[in-house]
Amino acid sequence: MKRSVFRNRALPYVLVLPQIAVTVVFFFWPAFESLRLSLFRTSPFGDKTSFVGLENFRKLLTTPEYYQSIANTFVFASGVTAIGLGVGLFVAALATQKIRGLAAYRTAVLWPYGIAPPIAGIIFLFIFHPSYGVLPYWLGFVTSYDFNWLLKGWVAMALVILATAWTHVGYNIAFFLAGLLAIPTSVLEAASVDGAGAIRRFRSIIFPLLSPITFYLLVVNLIFSFFGSFGVIHAVTQGGPGGATEIMVFKVYKDGFIGLNLGSSAAQSVLLMILVITLTALQFRFVEKRVTYS
Amino acid sequence: MKRRVRAVAGLAALLLVVLPTAALAKTEIHLWHAMGGQLGETVNELVKQFNQSQVDFEVKPLNKGTYPEVLTGAIAAYRQKNPPHIVQVFDVGTQTMLLSGAIHPIFQLMKEQEIKVDWNDFIKPVTGYYSRDGNLYSMPFNSSSPILYYNKEAFKKAGLADKPPATWKDVGEFSKKIIAAGGAKCGFTTSWPSWTMLENTFPWHDQPFATNQNGYTGLDTKLLINGEFGVKHIGQLAAWQKDGVYSYGGRMGQPDPKFINGDCAMLIQSSAVIGGFTKSLKFAWGTGPLPHWGPPYKKQNAVVGGATLWVMKGQKPADYKGVAQFMKFIAEPHQQMWWHVTTGYLPITQTAIKNLEAGYHFKKNPEQWTALGQLSGKPTANSQGHRLGNFAQIREAIEGEMENVFAGKKTAKEGLDAAVAKGNDILKEFAAAHKP
Repeated sequence: MKRSVFRNRALPYVLVLPQIAVTVVFFFWPAFESLRLSLFRTSPFGDKTSFVGLENFRKLLTTPEYYQSIANTFVFASGVTAIGLGVGLFVAALATQKIRGLAAYRTAVLWPYGIAPPIAGIIFLFIFHPSYGVLPYWLGFVTSYDFNWLLKGWVAMALVILATAWTHVGYNIAFFLAGLLAIPTSVLEAASVDGAGAIRRFRSIIFPLLSPITFYLLVVNLIFSFFGSFGVIHAVTQGGPGGATEIMVFKVYKDGFIGLNLGSSAAQSVLLMILVITLTALQFRFVEKRVTYS
Repeated sequence: MKRRVRAVAGLAALLLVVLPTAALAKTEIHLWHAMGGQLGETVNELVKQFNQSQVDFEVKPLNKGTYPEVLTGAIAAYRQKNPPHIVQVFDVGTQTMLLSGAIHPIFQLMKEQEIKVDWNDFIKPVTGYYSRDGNLYSMPFNSSSPILYYNKEAFKKAGLADKPPATWKDVGEFSKKIIAAGGAKCGFTTSWPSWTMLENTFPWHDQPFATNQNGYTGLDTKLLINGEFGVKHIGQLAAWQKDGVYSYGGRMGQPDPKFINGDCAMLIQSSAVIGGFTKSLKFAWGTGPLPHWGPPYKKQNAVVGGATLWVMKGQKPADYKGVAQFMKFIAEPHQQMWWHVTTGYLPITQTAIKNLEAGYHFKKNPEQWTALGQLSGKPTANSQGHRLGNFAQIREAIEGEMENVFAGKKTAKEGLDAAVAKGNDILKEFAAAHKP
């Protein structure tokens, strides 16, 4: 690798300063502030503050609801990531076929990503809401099944997973599509000549060549489901019924902004931060080993 | 060089334009509220009427989102030492505001500004909810109470008289008849489940909701909703949910469409939706008071919901004169009546109610009387209101457990026990955070 050498010793530091400033102000400072807040018990208006040490953490780790929200988060994140990657790869593969109106089709599959999560949530409400949704209304004609996710927790979970995966699938498609188009056709043709069928070609050539992108998307999708999924849950289930779709990031919001319990909310965001850092580190440690960078 | 000269000249010109207007401008009074849509426009209209009557002051209303968002917004602004003058806070935020140390009590403000207000003219269930030691701390703005709405056409189809059910027994029987006759798919549904089915149903039957007179006399308060009465009521709802008599439709106003589209023949919801229903319902409908279980339970009064206007500490002394003027303005009978007729929220002074009666308003619009009627009478320790810290979070915990009961995951007793345990934890945390 070529090394650039600056004559002026101060210049490189000046050049990276803006980036460091942004990181410090918008990442390190809030993270540090959360860490500090998590050790205090504060009245909502901040007039009474007392240091409580790890009490906020102790309380969280002894309530079953917190473990429930961790479990919900893992179910949710794996659901969103599996569906998002699976459907994304499938649609991207279809979009590489030679069909008429390819450009229009390729544009259309990216659209959902342009819709803000809360709006997507509202759209899903109009389709699936037990009181005024279109789908339960139609279902009523063919079956007596009561499609009521206002009371059935697992249906609610399936719904928010579906809605979140849908909002994010366009992003996955874009990356998979770019990856698929970058695979040299000559390699695939050579494989065909050697008698490899479609499945074999996918397993031995396409999938390994796509692995850097798949790995990147895996990390991004997981982080997205941990943090960015707030909008959909807020619009659709508000964590209900009975806490069945209360994922960690939503609980942070609920306890902090509705419950005005800033200490607990800060402690939860610290735990969430630790969890995501650990997960990402694990992925880089173990999954990345199997990734083939060309 | 030339460019710089031009820029300086431009800046000078800008200052010339900006400065004099700033110097002449009226003093701005900032009002943060949570009234969206039609209600927000009504607030703007009310403020406009006030501003036109003023020389020195101008109220600037700002919709800051939902109730919790307005409260958190105001808290953040206060902590940065830049709070608005007036904040609209919902009923369940009352205890938080009272103990915040961030407010200027309304009774004190009016005394300082030497504005005479006849506090005795305000109706008791409203002042009781927002007073401490007999003094009103925030100005009641939008108050409502939960009532029963019924679909007259569904009742007719089932051969029922044009009368709302008075007791819960009637609610069950009417519902079964209506479903059998094909008048509706379900008997009834309930909006704001905790507010209508517990927070109001308990005082309505003179049952204690929490210790310390529902939290009025101390911070070491515990919930009492898992007793015999609560288990009976929630247990019955759960049994009806199985039969299809009751249909749980979610939190807040989410269940409303079930009534609006005719799926459920009855709805228990705030009186504040009367205005909307008058415009949008396609069938004949009527209202009745909250259903009652009958003896041995006493019939007491319902409690108010809605929000009040809190005055924040830390403003310029001169500004408070304008704030007080605005508060006086909205409490006047004319504004009270106009606000009630336009929105469906309750008029809260005896004078305004008498004036409305004199104009046969309640004779012509009997549905507007229902909520006022169930608020009359002298409140008891059980029915003056609720004063619980972090009530919004407690409500959330209660509704989560109600959902577990209605889904059949827990019995009424198990669900309410869990709700009480969670609620008591929240109360304990609040008490600890507010230790003097």
